[in-house]
Amino acid sequence: MFDTLLPYLLAGISVGGQYAMIAVGYTLVYGILRLINFAHGDIFTAAGFFMIYLTASLPIGLSIPLVIILTVALGFVVERVAYKPLRSAPRMSIMISAIGVSYLLQNLMWYITGGLAKQYPVLPFLSQTIRLGSATTKLVTIITPLLTVGLVVALVMLINHTKIGMAMRAVSVDFETSQLMGIKINSVISVTFVIGSAMAAIGSLLYFTNYTAVTPTVGAMPGLKAFVAAVFGGIGSIPGAMIGALIIGICENLIKAAGLTAFSDAFTFALLIVVLLFRPTGLFGEKTTDKV
Amino acid sequence: MKKGNMRLIISLLVVAALYAGGFLIEHTAGSKSMVVTVLQKGAVYALIAVSMNLLNGFTGLFSLGQAGFMLVGAYAYAILTIPMAKRAAVYQYYDGGWVQFTVGVLPALLVAGLVAALFAALIGMPVLRLKGDYLAIATLGFAEIIRAIVQWDTIGPLTNGSNLLKTYPTLKNIMPGNTVLFTFLVVGVCIGLILLLINSTYGRAFKAIRDDEVAAEAMGINLFRHKQMAFVVSSFFAGIGGALLAMYQGSLQANSFKSAMTYEILLIVVIGGLGSVSGSVMASFLFIACSEWWLRFLDAETMLGNVQVPLLAPGFRMVVFSVVIMVVVLFFRKGIMGTRELWELGNRRQAKGGRKS
Repeated sequence: MFDTLLPYLLAGISVGGQYAMIAVGYTLVYGILRLINFAHGDIFTAAGFFMIYLTASLPIGLSIPLVIILTVALGFVVERVAYKPLRSAPRMSIMISAIGVSYLLQNLMWYITGGLAKQYPVLPFLSQTIRLGSATTKLVTIITPLLTVGLVVALVMLINHTKIGMAMRAVSVDFETSQLMGIKINSVISVTFVIGSAMAAIGSLLYFTNYTAVTPTVGAMPGLKAFVAAVFGGIGSIPGAMIGALIIGICENLIKAAGLTAFSDAFTFALLIVVLLFRPTGLFGEKTTDKV
Repeated sequence: MKKGNMRLIISLLVVAALYAGGFLIEHTAGSKSMVVTVLQKGAVYALIAVSMNLLNGFTGLFSLGQAGFMLVGAYAYAILTIPMAKRAAVYQYYDGGWVQFTVGVLPALLVAGLVAALFAALIGMPVLRLKGDYLAIATLGFAEIIRAIVQWDTIGPLTNGSNLLKTYPTLKNIMPGNTVLFTFLVVGVCIGLILLLINSTYGRAFKAIRDDEVAAEAMGINLFRHKQMAFVVSSFFAGIGGALLAMYQGSLQANSFKSAMTYEILLIVVIGGLGSVSGSVMASFLFIACSEWWLRFLDAETMLGNVQVPLLAPGFRMVVFSVVIMVVVLFFRKGIMGTRELWELGNRRQAKGGRKS
């Protein structure tokens, strides 16, 4: 029993860790701007394409940092161009803008790639096969959860113990008051997007080691699932996002193990709806009250 | 009173002129011309956009489940209307399927709407208690779940699993030569009904909920009942719209009803103006005309003399298009019409009446 489930569990933890990397971006942005950044999944996809085009001419060791830098730049530009002008607009407008950006990025990537699936380069280190008990797996399966936990811990430290972290917390509680306290809102928000995009870039390196075909819409599904993970864990909470993502990754693969592959996506959303109905603030979210 | 009569007559004349125009265009340009395609698809999208606007623009419920309800409607229509003789061929992997009867086109359209409305009523009960972006993501999730269930192998005898549904009556063979007229008639009736709803007491309650939920509740509007009503009615028409889309396409597969489709319709609604029926209709035709016809040249690699025009290549059309949409979203947030209607433009008193956006 355990032997047959082990590969699924391992795959679940691995993909869960990759969702966690994306989910952090959602949860950070939502915590501060109260915006579902629909374009985040496409930024994740863009990171995949950056890697493909960079490795075509550069060694992998040089490509990886460049991919992260380019993705960060993309996230930064998206925020400045599409979200910043709408800061005082109703929240619905910003969300529509996010959907517009997602549409634009997908079409842009389709145009550049010609709509064909591209092959992701093999990262030799991550793709090594290893044996774990009765299962054979790629090294990435082991590295993902470790790296995820490491990065999340570092991020929590950053938010709790540094000045910029304090500013981020202040902005997430009250926009205007923190502005009055001398916090530069725009740079705090930019930092948020930079961190989120960097995590998405690292997540894409790990994710595409297992799913090597990159198409312009490949990021939509993991993006949505990562968002569900962020809601499940309590939006705004970083450890919550990680735990939510791991649970979703594992459940999804156990459902595949049960032979109901068609429902693995549906399950994620069913989980979301159940969580929203019975515990709208998620596992670790703070309770908020509506102000009239 | 007399003024009201005048207006009614004028609007009826305008509608009649539109129908006559559609009819004449099809007969002069031929059924296969680009104009006819745009008119057909544009009308279908107009209905879907108006149904989404009822929810997002008039009631202020940010729902992203439209593709799911369209899918339900499209499937209901196709399943009911595939001719008996062809069922064995369509359901070749499922022994001819469960449904062993055929219904006429118009009843099937009605059933398509009703089934979508039923789904909406069931989904609405839990989901409509959520607010703002949670509602958006939950409805988006439901659309994805519906898509997964439809493709599930176990109910394959009903939905044909992930295989194509085809050979059902399409626009081309219902009223050959008068496809535009048929689409316009169905869409016109549906949009007319939505307009009647919007101008009724229910419609005013919807707008009150959009403008301020708490105040609306304090005025004695039953929030949940009205939200549920808007949701069900919107889904009913989305279902009919989905069925019409299936008729336009000629074959049907669940995989084309992705969230990208909902996004596209949402963008149409935004371009037309959240809270304006006529805006949505105009934006639909504009959107379809641009994406199917006017911007086509951007996709073709063109030579000017000996120089190849840079950037023109397949896919460029959609890039230009999405940039335009972003410009609208960022700088012309009210869209074409804002919350006003075409027939209110000359009417100063109503404009002054101060509808909050």
